[in-house]
Amino acid sequence: MKIAVCIKQVPTREWQPRLNDAKTWIREQDASYEMNEPDAYALEEALRLKEKHGGEVVVCSAGPARVAQVIREALARGADRAIHVEPIENDGLGSADAGVIAGALAAAMKEEQFDLVLTGLQSDDQGFAQTGVILAERLGLPHATIIMEVQVEGPSTGSGQAALRVKRELEGGWFQWVAMPLPAVLTIQSGINQLRYATLKGIMAAKKKEIRKAPPLPAGASAPKQKIVSLYVPEKGKKTQMIAGSASDAAKELVRRLREDARVI
Amino acid sequence: MILVIAEQRAGTLNRATWETIAAAQQIAAGEPITIVVLGSGAGAVANELATADVREVVNVEHAALEPYTPDGYTAALQQAIDQLAPSLVLLPHTYQTRDFAPKLAARLDRALITDATGVKTTGERAFVRQMFQGKLTADVVPQGPGPHFVTFQIGAFRADQAARGAAPAPVRSIAVTIDASAIRQKPEAPFQEAKQAVDLSQAERIVAVGRGIKAAEHLPVAQKLADALGAELAASRPICDSGWLPMERQIGSSGQTVAPKLYVALGISGAIQHVVGMKGSRTIVAINKDADAPIFEVADYGIAGDLFEIVPAIVAELKK
Repeated sequence: MKIAVCIKQVPTREWQPRLNDAKTWIREQDASYEMNEPDAYALEEALRLKEKHGGEVVVCSAGPARVAQVIREALARGADRAIHVEPIENDGLGSADAGVIAGALAAAMKEEQFDLVLTGLQSDDQGFAQTGVILAERLGLPHATIIMEVQVEGPSTGSGQAALRVKRELEGGWFQWVAMPLPAVLTIQSGINQLRYATLKGIMAAKKKEIRKAPPLPAGASAPKQKIVSLYVPEKGKKTQMIAGSASDAAKELVRRLREDARVI
Repeated sequence: MILVIAEQRAGTLNRATWETIAAAQQIAAGEPITIVVLGSGAGAVANELATADVREVVNVEHAALEPYTPDGYTAALQQAIDQLAPSLVLLPHTYQTRDFAPKLAARLDRALITDATGVKTTGERAFVRQMFQGKLTADVVPQGPGPHFVTFQIGAFRADQAARGAAPAPVRSIAVTIDASAIRQKPEAPFQEAKQAVDLSQAERIVAVGRGIKAAEHLPVAQKLADALGAELAASRPICDSGWLPMERQIGSSGQTVAPKLYVALGISGAIQHVVGMKGSRTIVAINKDADAPIFEVADYGIAGDLFEIVPAIVAELKK
C-alpha cells in the first residue's frame, strides 16, 4: 500500500509569539519549529499500516526551506521518502490558508497515485481543520475526518478491491464506523496510537532517503481566500486576579480567597 | 440573504444550531435569514427551527441524506446554495461541519473561515478567530466572490439569545438530485464506548491536569490536591492520549463538558479544545509556569509558577 502523510511544521508549544511590523503575521525568524502534533499521529499510523500491509510511506510537506527539519524527522522515524512543495509566492506558504496549501499539495501528489493519504485533523498554528478535506476534494477522493482507528480490508495492493473501515470520533464520547473504498483521505485524531521516536539508526538512514522537490505552482494558480488584517494578543475577557509571591504565600492567599471571596471550599 | 445550515442527527436538532442562528441575527442588520435543514424525515426539526425570527426555513428532503455522509451533504448543499443564492453561509463548528464544510467550500471555490468566535462589523466585515493554540487572535477577512462560509466556535454565541418570531416562519421544501451510488462513505450506527464510569458533569469540584504535569508518576501531586478539596481528577486531551489517565476523565471538545463550582487547572495551557469543556465553571483557578498561557484569560484566580512547588503548598494550607 502506497501511503502519503501530509505534515506541517508549526511553532513549538514553548514559543512566545512576536508579531511582524504590520501586525498581520508572526515574526517567523524568531520562532522555533516542530512537527504539528496531530500530523505526528498520522505519520505513526501510516508507519503501523505499512508494517502490517507492506508498501511505502511518503511524507509530503508544503512550506519554505525550514520545513526540511520536520521532513528529516519523519524520515528518521521510518518514512521511506519525501516530497517537499516549495514556496509559491511571497511569504513562502508560512501564513497561507488551507486552500492554498491543499492546492499545492494536491498538485504535487496527484501523479503519485497514493492508495491512502493521512494527515492530522488540524494544525497547531492556524488551526483551520480544513487542509485534509480540501485535499480529498482536489484529488477526487472520498474522505473521513477525526479518525481513531483504521482497518484495511481485502487485498491492500493492486486492483481497487481493498476497502477501508475507519472509526470516526463524534462529539461527547460517541463514535461511528464508516466504510469506504480506497484510495481515500483520512484526517487522524491525536491519541490514535502511541508515538515512536527516531532512533539513532533511523536518523542515520534518513540522510540517504530521497526528498523530491515538487515544482512550485505558477503564480496565481491558487488565490488566497483569507486575509489576516490584524493579529494580536487576545484581550482578557475576564478579570483574572493574579496572585504573586512565594509558593507558600501564594498558596495561602489563594486558599483564603477561595474560602472567603469565592466561597467554593 | 444569510443562510444558516442547521445540524440534526436522527431527527434531533443539535443545540449549537441555535447559537449560529443568534450569530446570524447579530450580523444580519436587516438582511433576511434563511435556515436550511437536510435529512430524510426532518420535518419536525424544520418546524422547531421555524420558531426562530427568520424569513424562512428550507427543508431539503432526500432518502440519501440519512444517515449523514460528507458526499451526500456536499451534493445536496451545492444545489441548495445554487438555488437560494445566499451572500453568507453560517454553520456551527461541530465535528460534522468539519467533515463536510471544507469539501463544500472547495467544490464551490469559495472562502471558508472556521472556528470563528466573533464578528467585527466596523469597516470591512472581519471574523475573529484564535490562532497558535489561543496565544494570538486574528481578524480575518474572507477573500474572493461570495458566498463566504463561516463556522462559529461552540459557545461563541448564546443559544438563548436567538430571537424567536411572533409567528412561525414559513417552511418550504426544495428538491435536490443525489445519486446514492455516488456516495462513497457507508456509515454504521453511532455508538458509545463502554459505559462511562465517571460522570464529571456532576462533580462539584474538579482538579484537571495538563502537559505541565510532565510525567505519569507526577499525577499523585494532583491527586493529593483533589483529595484535599474533595474533587474529581480530570485531564486535558494530551494526558489521556498518553494513557496517563483514562479517556473518560478527559475534559474538552472531544471529552466531557463540565461546569463545577470550582475548577483547578494545573499545567494546562488553555487550548480552545480544552476551554470549551470547562469555561462554564463558576470559579476557575489556573496554575501554570507560563504567565502568558491562554488559560489565564478564563481564570478567576491565577498563579504563574511551578505547580510542583505551589500545589503541595496549597495542600498543606488546606490541611491547616
